[in-house]
Amino acid sequence: MSDKQHLLDSRQMAEFVARGFLRFDGIVPDEINRAVMDAFEAGGISSYPAGTPFSECYPEPSPIGAMLRLPQVSGILESLVGPDPRFDHHAIHKRLPNEGKAQGMHGDSIIDTRLHFDLQLMYFPHDVPLEMGGTLLLPGSHFRRINEMEVARYQNFLGQIPMVCEAGSILVLHHGIWHCGRQNRTDRMRYMYKIRLNPSVRQLRLWNTDDLNDETGAHQPIFAGEKRDDVQAILAKMEPWYEAGDGRLEIVNRTLLWRFLTGDENFDVHYWLTRLENMPENRLSA
Amino acid sequence: MASGKQRRQKLLILYLNTSALDSDVKGWTMYDGTGREHHTTGDSDRRPYATGMDALLDGWRVIQFPQLIPPYPGLEYTTSFKKNEYIFEKLETIDS
Repeated sequence: MSDKQHLLDSRQMAEFVARGFLRFDGIVPDEINRAVMDAFEAGGISSYPAGTPFSECYPEPSPIGAMLRLPQVSGILESLVGPDPRFDHHAIHKRLPNEGKAQGMHGDSIIDTRLHFDLQLMYFPHDVPLEMGGTLLLPGSHFRRINEMEVARYQNFLGQIPMVCEAGSILVLHHGIWHCGRQNRTDRMRYMYKIRLNPSVRQLRLWNTDDLNDETGAHQPIFAGEKRDDVQAILAKMEPWYEAGDGRLEIVNRTLLWRFLTGDENFDVHYWLTRLENMPENRLSA
Repeated sequence: MASGKQRRQKLLILYLNTSALDSDVKGWTMYDGTGREHHTTGDSDRRPYATGMDALLDGWRVIQFPQLIPPYPGLEYTTSFKKNEYIFEKLETIDS
């Protein structure tokens, strides 16, 4: 179990629920980054059968294991998928030097309608400048029900994020996030390590919930124009690429996931669901 | 292939904020049948036009309007593909 100080807090969890990812720049020390690159260039790393307890993967000495067992990384993983998730698969993704085009936009695996979510961790062991591409991700796309490469027609969106970062940076992604490998216009190979983890416990208040209280879910004035940064405000923030109508539905999707993760079935953002759930059956007495 | 002039199609796909053609561009895709431009995923963070109407004013011809289809029962709150997808074309002459 991780020390509480390394777990995510509720605002970080709300950010994950809203945008489908969290980003941690440069948190892996250089000696691990170098050891990982040596292992990649020496031919790769061993894999494990799908469903293996994560605690049995990457025994020492393993540079990938050293990265995944960093206290901060362990705390992030535990907050999202619990203390001993299952290993699904991993891959060392390579983008060739001076390649002709980018990978098509896609969601991994197949269409997945669960509220439970798998976690994908992406680790960038070397610097990734813009001309090298970086993984492209579309914030807030994780609730869109699509099947793998069906969205490859979509080239660009307002608010898309090319993962330009320093060595030792990490992304953690909801399994549904749309992403792709951007074109590598340099003469160097680009590497990215990805692991998918399945939760083995109910994803219920796994993070540091000390900051959750009655105020978190209390109804607030609608259209009050307040500049807030609390959980409800984080969950209400639109992405630049959202359509006007479906953007509101994304807030409903976020609210449903937040209810699932906290167990608070009355939580709401902007009154969207409470309004719909109000169907009084009590008759006015004479 | 015989030499001479040939007409080729350029395609522009815009994903708009609403079903209105003059609403804001949220996403875009381009394919160039002249072979002069090579577009790919994530190659630009600047939209080609602010609105669909701006593309029309620049000479693009709309060849497909998005249909307005009611949600399937039970899927009223489900999000999926981008709505408001307008497809435009330009025909350009090239030397072959």
